This record gives sequence, structure tokens and C-alpha cells, in this order.
Amino acid sequence: MGKQMTDTANSLDNRPTQAEIDLTTVDGTPLKAALANAQKRARRRALFLVLPLLLFVLITFLAPIGQMLLRSVHNPSFSDHIPNLSVWFDENPAGTEPGEAAYEALVLDLRSMRADKTMGIAGTRINYDLPGSRSLFTSTARKAGALEPPFQEAVIATNEKWANPKLWQVMRGASSAYTVDFYLAALDRTRDVNGDIVAVDDDRKIYAANFLKTLFLAGLITFCCLILAFPVAHLLATLPLRQSNLLMIFVLLPFWTSLLVRTTSWIVLLQSQGVVNDTLVATGIVADESRIQMIYNQTGTIVAMIHILLPFMILPLYSVMRPINPSYVRAARSLGATSWTAFRRIYLPQTIPGMGAGGLLVFILGVGYYITPALVGGASGQLISNFIAFHMQKSLNWSLAAALATLLLLMVLLLYWLYDRLVGIDNLKLG
Amino acid sequence: MALPKHASTLERVWHYTYLVICGLIFLFLIAPILIVIPLSFNAEPYFTFTQKMMSFDPEGFSTRWYDLLLTFGMSAPDVARDGSWWADVWQNSAWVQAAKNSVIVGVFATIFATVLGTIAALGLSRPEMPYRRLIMAILISPMIVPIIITATGLFFFYSSIQISKWELFGWQIPYLGIILAHATLGIPFVIITVTATLVGFDHSLTRAAASLGANPRTTFFKVTMPLILPGVISGALFAFVTSFDEVVAVLFIGAFDEQTIPRQMWNGIREQISPAILSVATILVVISILLLTVLELLRRRSERLRGLSPG
Repeated sequence: MGKQMTDTANSLDNRPTQAEIDLTTVDGTPLKAALANAQKRARRRALFLVLPLLLFVLITFLAPIGQMLLRSVHNPSFSDHIPNLSVWFDENPAGTEPGEAAYEALVLDLRSMRADKTMGIAGTRINYDLPGSRSLFTSTARKAGALEPPFQEAVIATNEKWANPKLWQVMRGASSAYTVDFYLAALDRTRDVNGDIVAVDDDRKIYAANFLKTLFLAGLITFCCLILAFPVAHLLATLPLRQSNLLMIFVLLPFWTSLLVRTTSWIVLLQSQGVVNDTLVATGIVADESRIQMIYNQTGTIVAMIHILLPFMILPLYSVMRPINPSYVRAARSLGATSWTAFRRIYLPQTIPGMGAGGLLVFILGVGYYITPALVGGASGQLISNFIAFHMQKSLNWSLAAALATLLLLMVLLLYWLYDRLVGIDNLKLG
Repeated sequence: MALPKHASTLERVWHYTYLVICGLIFLFLIAPILIVIPLSFNAEPYFTFTQKMMSFDPEGFSTRWYDLLLTFGMSAPDVARDGSWWADVWQNSAWVQAAKNSVIVGVFATIFATVLGTIAALGLSRPEMPYRRLIMAILISPMIVPIIITATGLFFFYSSIQISKWELFGWQIPYLGIILAHATLGIPFVIITVTATLVGFDHSLTRAAASLGANPRTTFFKVTMPLILPGVISGALFAFVTSFDEVVAVLFIGAFDEQTIPRQMWNGIREQISPAILSVATILVVISILLLTVLELLRRRSERLRGLSPG
């Protein structure tokens, strides 16, 4: 980029005006504008390099997440099949006693469902909130063709469940495709007969408690990882590089080994006929009849997850501890501090960034864990992810699964944001 | 870490206790991984050491579970082991099929992730990159977001766009959904390793190449690429391992016949757990030892190239 000064600026006789000392490029554009242009071009070039990947991630990652968010508030499987009932629900406010008109609309809709064979789909949607409703829909739809007015008596005569005001409330809730009811369900809330939000019965409360349990277990695992990682990271950081690189294999090999392999190993070690129990029995610590149940319960989940997540704690701690200058601790000792005081007041505070980075990472990964609890968790060691999988694969209540997943996602994103603020994603290192 | 001469008795005791504690933690880390290796040679269908194994009786050991890996799913496993037997293994053995699928998915997912990820990392490490922090956060997020959430979203998305019916010139692309999903999961690793390599990258080298008349393409392949190659390869290895070990997305979006090794293991652990699982585990452990070795060699090479002190 060439630049030249105007002739007048060079001559000392005439003092140059402001316009005259403005620098320009060869072709006469002001230097400032040319620089801005060049920077804009460079920015565009950098963005252009990232763009393909950004588009790829947009399609293969962000769009699916968006679809899931939509699914959690949108479920048309009932509302699509009730043209007559939705008119009645629109005309009559919540809490209205369903009269002849309502039942007539119901019969008309049941007949059309029977014709399209959709009563199972519609009934399933109602079944989420009121168990037993699916069979109610399928059986009544089969008889709907033969029903004669007055419909109210006729319908209730086929099954008295149709008079249940709770059922009508649920149908009203499901009559619009967009709903927050799945979030209510995910937080152990439901709507009563009048449409007000209330807590579900105590024996059906699952999810709120499970969210808390997931947070608690992730916290516990993070804490245990910190306790176990600290001495190891410290040892690795203070040994000469040659030795510490060798010992690092003990950390990196588990890190690189398949998750399923590590989970299998824990099953092998901990099951009641496994290596640990056999050793305990052989050494006489435990009687053969009273082998300890260490797997397929919460203990199994905790132990296996600590093992799997421990390297994620050791590596950030190590990378913070390695550059800590040992002469600080020596200085403290020479000034009369005991080794404990020197450690507590001098060394420990310098490791806090590593503890924060490792702790947050382990906590984030722990909160969303699925595979290990599913394989070794038994009934008591299930985390929130396992409930999401249950609703996706077994109960097929996909909207509830999506709502639970969205709540988990919010939790993780909050932690991720915190991680970015405190640690910075750039500082994420692997191995 | 040596103890100074003036250390008190208490300090000495504590120092050795500390070393023992560290040793136990290392044992906790490594023992579960190594324990599967001898157990996979168990002659009995147990998951524990038998009397014969403890006394190193050769009868206590056998390779029957490795054999089972080959024969499981074969049409005629009991005939003489000649060329047609091996052809049968290659064609029908369930584990061999799973291994083939895993390798195909892993290789293509790695190619996608590595190519796109490396180019993006080059852009991200330029000082003039706008919205750097936000874009980086988005690109790393597949690693942070729990896999169950990703799998759930992919399940909804792929079923709504019917990806399993997509065709390319009348050819139904197999494993397309899984490959794309695994590529997405591998991208954060490529980004992290390549940007880490680029931190120590001297940008005046590319300017020097340009001033000597090289065009951008020559500069990239002759100057930039050789310098960042160790980072790219280790990112690719990470991406491959991620794909090779991923089971949840395959369970959610994989078709019935799209079995991979992790999926086969998953089914094995949940249903008919047999020591055959341990022999697969042993093979995987050996593979990860090899990978670790490659990675360590790459790290040393990278440090040498960048003029850092050798380890």
C-alpha cells in the first residue's frame, strides 16, 4: 500500500491546512478509509473461512435442538382431530359444565376419528395427563357410529368416565396445539378441574426431585473428583517433566479408553460375583452370603462416573499447577510458615483457576450423563437424562421428553455461560 | 519432589503417606482398564478370576471369547477353517459387521469434522475475526450439550426431514444421519486442538511466503499445513475416537441394521452379558494404547516444530 504526502505538506513556507496533511493511498483514497476497507476485507475473509462449519453446525445441531424446543410446546396429536370439540371449547370458558352440545361435538369427532383411525393417537395425548384415557377413546370411538341423541346420556352410558370433569379439563388443555402443559408435567405440576396450576399428588412427583438428585449427585461427583485429582495433579506438576510425562499415561489412558469399556470394567469389578467381592470374601472381610451390592444402584453410578470424569479434573488442574513457581512456597517457609500454612495461604490460592475450570467442566458433563447411569445405575442411580430416554423410547411421550430435555439444556447452558465467563472456552484443553 | 534433608519426622511421614495416596489414585484410574485384559482370556463364562487362573494353570485360560467374536452371527461356524470360513466371517459375523460399520461411519465423520473444523479454526485464530467468542461458543457446544439432548433433537429433526429416504442419483446413502451427527460431535475436538496449535503459529511465515511470490494456496499447503499438521491429526484422532465410542445417537437415529461396535456392546451389556464383551473391551483398550502412543509422538513433533522445549 503506497502512500504519499501532498507537495504542500513538504514545503516549510506554507503551513499545511488540515485537509492537506490527510494521508492518502496512491489512487487518492484517504488512508483511513483504505485501512477500514482492508480490515473489512480481512474480517470478511475470516468469517468466510468459518462460514461452512457454522452452516454445518446450524443444520446438524442447532436446527435439531430448535425442533426439540418446538416439540416441547407443540403437540397437535389431539387438537388436529377435534374440529367440532375445539369450536365448543372456544365458545365456552373453562369450568363450563359440558352439556348436550359438547357431547354432540364429541360424538361427531369420535366418528371422524374412527373413519381416519386416529382415535389411538388422540387418546394417547389425553392418556399422558389422565391414564386410562386411550382405551376410553378407542372403545367409545368404535361404538360412536351407533350412538343416538340425546348424546350426553348415550355417551356416558357407554362409559361413565366421560362424565369426569377432569377428563374435560384435560381435553380442553389438549385442544390447542401450543401448550406449556408439558413443562408443568416436567415440574410435577398439573391443572385442576378449573384449569388452575396445582402440584401433582405426592406419589406421582418424580421430576423435580430427580432434577435435585441429578444436581446433588453431579455436585458430589465433582467434589470427589476434586479431592482425588488434587494430590495427583500436584504430584504430576512437581515431578520433573520426564517422570510426570510417564505418570501422565495413567491419566490419559483412561481418558482415551472407550466409555463403554470403562463402564463394563466397573460391572466386572463391582458386581456381586465380581472381582472386588470375591477378593473381600477370599480375605474373609465379608461373608459369602453377605456380598456387598455395589453396582446397579446409586453407588455404582457414583463410582463409575468419578472414574470416567476424573481425567477432566486432573488435566485442567495440572495445567494450572505446572507453571506455579515453587519459590513462593519456599519463601513462605523461610519466613517461618509451617508447611501447612504455606500450602494453605500460598499454594492453594494459586490453584483456584484450575479447580474452577475442572470443577465446572466435570459438573457440566456430570449433570447430563446418560450411558453410565443407564448401564450401572439400577433403579436408584438414574439421572434426569435417563428419564428423557425413558420417555423417548418406552413411554413415547415425546413432548414430555422434549420439555425435560429443554430444562436440562437450560441448566447446562447456564453453566456453560458461567464457564465461558470464568474460564473462557479458549482455555479448554484436551490432553 | 525429593524431600529436603531438614524435613521433620512428621513431614517425612506425611510425604510418604502422600505418595501412597497418589499411588492408590493411580491404581483407581488404571486398574479397571487393565483388569479386563486377563479376564477376557477366562476359560469359564465368569467375570472373575477362577481358581485355575489364580494358579496360572494354562487350562484356566482360553481364547474362546475372541473366537466367539468371529463366529457369532456366522451362517456356518463349525466347518473347517479355510478360505470360505474366513469369507463367512467377513460377510456374516455380527461383530465384524459392527466393526466395518463403525470404521465407515468413523472415517467419514472424521473427514467432515476435520476438513470443516480445520478451515474454521484458521478463520477463528485470525485476530480480525468478528464475533469470535460467540461463534467459538456455538462451535464447541456439541461437546457441552448432553448427548441425550442432541440425540433427542436429532431424532425429531431427522424424522421430520426423513433423512433415511434421501437419495443421491438414486443411491440411498447409508449411515448418512449417523455420519452427520458424529461429525458434529467431533467438530469441537478438532476446533480445540487446531486453534491450540495455531496459538503458537507465527503469522509472519505466511507473509514471508506471500512476499516470495507464493499464492495463498501454495502458502497454505507448503507453509501453514505442515506446521499445524500435528494439531490437525490429533484433532482427527479425537473426532474418530468420539465417533467410534458414540452409542446414544446411534441408538436414537440409527436404523435397525446399522449396528456399530458401541451399539453391539451396549446391547451385550444390557442383555446377554458374556465375557465376549471383555474381549471386545480388551481390543479397544489396545487400540487406545496405540492411539495414545501416536498422540504422544505427535505432541513431541509439534513441540519440536514450534521450537518449544522437548518433553
